[in-house]
Amino acid sequence: MAPSSTISARPTSGARAFLQRLASGDEIARLVTAAFAGCILLATVGVIWELWVNSTLARHKFGLSLLTSSDWDAVAGQFGALPFIYGTVVTSLVALLIAVPVGLGAAIFLAELAPAKISSTFTFFIELLAAVPSVIYGVLAIFTLVPLMRDYVEPALKKTLGFLPIFSGTILGVGYLTAGVILALMVLPFIISISREALLEVPTEQREAALALGCTRWESTWQVVVPYARLGIFGSIFLGLARALGETMCVTMVIGNDPSIHTSLFAPGYTIAAILANEFSEATGDLYLHSLVALGLILFLLTIVINAMARLLIIATTRRGSGHP
Amino acid sequence: MTLRNRWRKALSMVMLSLTGVCAVLAVSVLFLILGYLVYNGWRSVDWNFFTKLPKPPGETGGGMANAIAGSAQIVLIAIVIGLPIGFMAGVYLSEFGGKIFASIVRYMADLLNGVPSIVIGIFAWSVVVVPMGHFSALAGGVALSLILIPITARSTEQFLSTVPQTLREGALALGASKWKTIATVVVPAAYRGIATGMILGVARISGETAPLLFTSLNNQFWSAGWNQPTASLPIMIYSHAQAPYDDWHRQAWAGGLVLLAMVLTTNIAARWILSRGISVQKG
Repeated sequence: MAPSSTISARPTSGARAFLQRLASGDEIARLVTAAFAGCILLATVGVIWELWVNSTLARHKFGLSLLTSSDWDAVAGQFGALPFIYGTVVTSLVALLIAVPVGLGAAIFLAELAPAKISSTFTFFIELLAAVPSVIYGVLAIFTLVPLMRDYVEPALKKTLGFLPIFSGTILGVGYLTAGVILALMVLPFIISISREALLEVPTEQREAALALGCTRWESTWQVVVPYARLGIFGSIFLGLARALGETMCVTMVIGNDPSIHTSLFAPGYTIAAILANEFSEATGDLYLHSLVALGLILFLLTIVINAMARLLIIATTRRGSGHP
Repeated sequence: MTLRNRWRKALSMVMLSLTGVCAVLAVSVLFLILGYLVYNGWRSVDWNFFTKLPKPPGETGGGMANAIAGSAQIVLIAIVIGLPIGFMAGVYLSEFGGKIFASIVRYMADLLNGVPSIVIGIFAWSVVVVPMGHFSALAGGVALSLILIPITARSTEQFLSTVPQTLREGALALGASKWKTIATVVVPAAYRGIATGMILGVARISGETAPLLFTSLNNQFWSAGWNQPTASLPIMIYSHAQAPYDDWHRQAWAGGLVLLAMVLTTNIAARWILSRGISVQKG
């Protein structure tokens, strides 16, 4: 947005006018700031370029089989990304399954029910929660969550739902489920604060109309307010998903580091970010390095697509919220 | 009252209370984290923690002094690179931006902001570590600055655009040139918001671990300079927590507590600065 461009009285175009503006310093300021803005452009393009160039060997050697092969053997020079893509997607889905209901519930409470004072205090705490570094979640996950999952949660799940293949097998404590739980805690604040804002955008008349028609408070919230804000809520979910996909530290610490595919959520696995964290600085040989960078490229593309979707949905809600009161 | 209406009212009550439970659950996570860290970490946070080097496995005691200094060094490099670029880009986006170039930059900044931090690490590795031939604090600083730049740019832009148009018009009507208007009227009017955005950005990068894994690496001793591998607090916490030694775990808890205390204090301070401002509303 360029709010001031309409009011600055610009001289007519032409070389003399340009020199005039240069002399007054405006043109210099514009060019200098534009150069700094260009740095952002350069950095982003640079990231894409370096990922592309540094993964050339792997892309040429394996092609699409990089995506479909599940064979990861650095010694034999075989690199397939499937176990890592699978682990990344599964842990993120587990995280969303936990975080979306809780996050949406909390957002509804903060936007619809809580008195202003409680709502703003809780929102403040939730924003602080979003600021907790990922490595701290990792420390808590290793020392607190893993024993908890191993001794209580996973045995209980196995006992009650053990007939499902996803809740069977050996219980180790580390694995997809534990990683998913800690990811859920990490994305929860994002889902809450953005969903809450989407709910606050809903015009009061919508609620009043529903209540006047005889809806209970819950019916008005669930059947009128939430559907009205659904785009923003989906946006928050996608944003949470993008974060979960790229999250590195806390997942690396509890995923179990096993580059194979398991049906059971109790089994140890691997994610793209985790293998980069573990193997990148120790990778020997160009093909190995290029394969790891190719994994980074896959992760990059995955998060870019999800992020773009999130942003479009959020923009769509704010537009509609303000456009049609 | 019919049975159906009674059921509807009961359902409403139950579901609404459940949303309250969800909110309490979410907030209690923060206090659980704080509680666990304080409970497990406070005994290890002593003078030694801030002044001594890490001890080799098997020996007890020691601290993370080099990691704290290294973190400060890396974050400082990131600030020196990131804040000016982010700030100037934000000024451009808000005050000078044309239609096409500005929207491209804005989109790219959002894109960069969404890139997983470990991928930023790969980029910094390929543009700094590979040409230099070894891991370095500089590479870590570059990686963190790439996270800081889009945050600063977008928040600066956001707070500048909340400055009332009339202020700009007033200064221009008095004969000030545009850049003078920006430097002496617009930016000062929004400085609290801009500072808050910057502080929040710095707090965010000071806890980042993934981009440092293969840029600044780690170091058990004092860093030999900005072009040498350097320890940092997040990486030190990570490596200590992963190690199989009890004393290292104790240190990891202590490191976590110190890092969290730093990040949360900065966050609260930043929000406090903003809340005291009257000229700028929270975007």
